[in-house]
Amino acid sequence: MTSTLNEALLRSLTPSVLGILVRRGADFAAAEDAVQDALVEAVRVWSAEPPRDPKGWLVTVAWRRFLDATRADTARRRREELLDEEPAPGPVPAADDTLQLYFLCAHPSLTPSSAVALTLRAVGGLTTRQIARAYLVPEATMAQRISRAKRTVSGVGVSPAGAKSTAWGRFDQPGDVATVLRVLYLVFNEGYSGDVDLAAEAIRLTRQLAAAIDHPEVSGLLALMLLHHARRATRTGPDGSLVPLAEQDRGRWDTASIAEGVAILQAALARDRLGQFQAEAAIAALHADARTAEETDWVQIVEWYDELVRLTDSPVVRLNRAVAVGEADGPRAGLAALAELDDSLPRHTAVAAYLHEREGDLATAARLYADAARAAPSLAERDYLMRQAARLNARLRG
Amino acid sequence: MAKYLLLKHYRGAPACANDVPMDQWTPEEISAHMRYMQDFADRLEKTGEFVDGQALAPEGTWVRYDGEGRPPVTDGPFAETKDLIAGWMVIDVDSYERAVELAGELSAAPGAGGKPIHEWLELRPFLAAPPTITECPHT
Repeated sequence: MTSTLNEALLRSLTPSVLGILVRRGADFAAAEDAVQDALVEAVRVWSAEPPRDPKGWLVTVAWRRFLDATRADTARRRREELLDEEPAPGPVPAADDTLQLYFLCAHPSLTPSSAVALTLRAVGGLTTRQIARAYLVPEATMAQRISRAKRTVSGVGVSPAGAKSTAWGRFDQPGDVATVLRVLYLVFNEGYSGDVDLAAEAIRLTRQLAAAIDHPEVSGLLALMLLHHARRATRTGPDGSLVPLAEQDRGRWDTASIAEGVAILQAALARDRLGQFQAEAAIAALHADARTAEETDWVQIVEWYDELVRLTDSPVVRLNRAVAVGEADGPRAGLAALAELDDSLPRHTAVAAYLHEREGDLATAARLYADAARAAPSLAERDYLMRQAARLNARLRG
Repeated sequence: MAKYLLLKHYRGAPACANDVPMDQWTPEEISAHMRYMQDFADRLEKTGEFVDGQALAPEGTWVRYDGEGRPPVTDGPFAETKDLIAGWMVIDVDSYERAVELAGELSAAPGAGGKPIHEWLELRPFLAAPPTITECPHT
């Protein structure tokens, strides 16, 4: 219990401790290693109670670790310069450090999987082993992925003279928030299962980002995550099978999470700077708002999809819009919307199957469900779609 | 972030360009081939893309359930078996394009005369966990 509390505290302090080290002139890769060492040390020595000033403790230990490593690795002159330049302890703009760290870990020069891994370690304070387990790869592979990512971003933004004031690079443009959000979205959306709850971790990191920067799309993503997380327990049956939205036990949706998500979304929408995540959250909120599947306001959902098409022009959004049109205006209208889309889109066949069933063409629907099952990208979807095909085929025989 | 299986078949694909059985290679050519495979795996570990790789014995046993209280039936090898799996490698990469690129490199492993074998490798995506924010309309 206490250790869980300590771990939560430790992990929440990770970005600001790392930020302080970098501001003192440590290069990012070495600072990040030193902070991980300090976290491990804290877990070991903070037995029952954390020290009175946990952050100060971590900064002291991490800085000492960094100096030890520097002593071992580089010329003495460099170390002496750092010691000379060590600033007097004092108030540090923690929120700003945290923000810079998010930007660095999501830097566009990183591949998505590298940015995800680096964010979870440097911002989230997870160990390499935890991240490796979460993504089902060997620890050595994940360690390499992280160290490569650190090497990539360590050179970012450093001026030719190596002036330490630019060690963070220059990522204060609002446009860069989008790259951070994409990384957090990936953590939430493509998280596998492990002993770390990546969806909860993504929410924690997005919440922390929202505290560091005032941006409606950050709020939009946080709301989107909360609204989807609220339904998580009902999305799978006890055997791991998918339970479709219309059949989920709405009484088991997490109402506190929904209320929080809706409140955050409303505040964001009121600022009149609509973006993709706010629009997606609005759709999730409309689903969350319906006490039964039949009460769903599909007309409004179609309107939000129209906004999303305008914002993203994504074929996946158009595909989902076709489903919503099918619910709002009937399956024939849905099929007409679907006909305008490339049928090689992932899940196109599954949507076609569903709309044909709604229209009453069970034979076509059964055939398409089976086709969709064969092309399904996940095991749970494949099994779900195959059961739909089997259900319709049984009805056709009966 | 997707996992792929690179599957090495001995039979089932068209003959490759440098189609000389391994027992006709020189020992140095065999060593060079093995080193290439090992270097490839090491390199993937360094790029953070390696998950697993194993070689398999060429022949195995076929096993099936034979009813309550009875031991499993074993059989084979079957003469009509068209395929034989020599080994596999599992990679975790950012895109399909990257998976194809890596399979191409692995297929360039040197064989007789030190020239690339050009052998066919099968690239199969893993069925992953479904995304949390699903695009599937039913969920």
